[in-house]
Amino acid sequence: MPSIKRLETPLTQANLKSLRVGQRILISGFVYTARDAAHKRLTNAIDAKEKLPIPIDGQIIYYAGPSPTRPGEIIGSAGPTTATRVDVYTPKLLANGLKGMIGKGHRTPEVRMEMKKYGAVYFVTVGGAAALISQKITGVKIIAYEDLGTEAIRRLRVEDFPVLVANDLNGDDLFESGRNQYKREQ
Amino acid sequence: MTTINLKEVEHKVNEAVKTINFDTPDANIIRLTEALRTESSATGQLAMQDIVENRRIASERQVPMCQDTGMVIVFADIGEEVQFLNGNLRDAITSGVQKGYQEGYLRKSIVVEPLFERKNTNNNTPVVIHFDLVPGNKLRLTIAAKGFGAENMSWVKVLAPAEGINGVKREVVRAVEEAGPNACPPVVVGVGIGGTIEKAALLAKRALMRNMGDRNQDQRYAKLEAQLLDLINATGIGPQGWGGMNTALDVRIEFFPTHIAAIPLAVNLDCHLQRHISIMF
Ligand code: SF4
Repeated sequence: MPSIKRLETPLTQANLKSLRVGQRILISGFVYTARDAAHKRLTNAIDAKEKLPIPIDGQIIYYAGPSPTRPGEIIGSAGPTTATRVDVYTPKLLANGLKGMIGKGHRTPEVRMEMKKYGAVYFVTVGGAAALISQKITGVKIIAYEDLGTEAIRRLRVEDFPVLVANDLNGDDLFESGRNQYKREQ
Repeated sequence: MTTINLKEVEHKVNEAVKTINFDTPDANIIRLTEALRTESSATGQLAMQDIVENRRIASERQVPMCQDTGMVIVFADIGEEVQFLNGNLRDAITSGVQKGYQEGYLRKSIVVEPLFERKNTNNNTPVVIHFDLVPGNKLRLTIAAKGFGAENMSWVKVLAPAEGINGVKREVVRAVEEAGPNACPPVVVGVGIGGTIEKAALLAKRALMRNMGDRNQDQRYAKLEAQLLDLINATGIGPQGWGGMNTALDVRIEFFPTHIAAIPLAVNLDCHLQRHISIMF
């Protein structure tokens, strides 16, 4: 397996080029949380040609809706949610310069095509490993859509946030290649 | 007649919803560790490492192992000789869940109605409660927090009798394949066979409430459980769908008599969290 690599945000085409499916990446910098509801608002804003509440160009969106924060802590448990549910909104964000996404589960063929076209990478992290993941979050700020509660857009400062490359710039797919390699004929 | 104080029930339910979100029973830790040890895919190993380590952190810090703290399901098996004191059982369970989700800083994920406004109830209730009358003077509550990554990929259908065992095998494996990474594998597969459509769904859910590794009492069904586990783990989906040999941790079947014309079949998937507990009163 390729070795562990560190990546800082914002992302550039140059540092994404060498990433390969299945590679462990540790991300540091800022990522923005958004689930279905926030995606809907973001793409509505794009359609209405309004200014977006978060920078998109070169950024990473993390599909996550954390559990409530306990007093004295930075954030609750904040693992990934299923990417498929935002797939309908993703092409518009890619067209506006989004370069990375973190979630769980695979993407639609259409999103994979758009990712290849715009040079973006999809990362996955473990569903159901939220307590561990939260330890890599060192700062949180609600940036937009506070009324959405757990679905509000939060800017997370992350340090060595552990992900895996699921779709790279070559258009390869972790789920396909992984499965083909370990499938046993019955 | 035995009298059960519903204040105590409320208190125990409150504690239970926190415990199932924070702590992992030993049998589950053993099974997860075994999956980590036997996994030959490098990416699958990474996923299993994170899963096992996450359980340690969640339990040590008493925080939820997943941000999706689920919808609460309760099986209430009520002894016919039981009498309740201080209110009614449904209210006691509901109130225990509300308090537990508040005190435990657990996420509230329930919406008032499914179609129009989908407004959050903000207290993670109502609870899905299945009441059953059983002989005796005890109350048994089986309490689960069900994640919807896996619930979303579950279904009921009715097979023709001629489809038989092979039909069941084909459909169960297909369910896991179609769920792929979305059900957060390694999954636990609950299979309900027989009865009617709603009975099959309940059997599948009940199957998920069994302890890890507990086989069906009927040898034929126990064998089928083992065969299904093998078939599912041959799909190559692996932990989180990242490729590997551990797609499911356990397959559990519950069955019930049915009509001569059908094989009702339900597949209920659970993620690797398997958050449930049984309490006797
Ligand atoms: S299905 Fe996945 S995201 Fe949902 S509770 Fe289970 S592990 Fe968490």
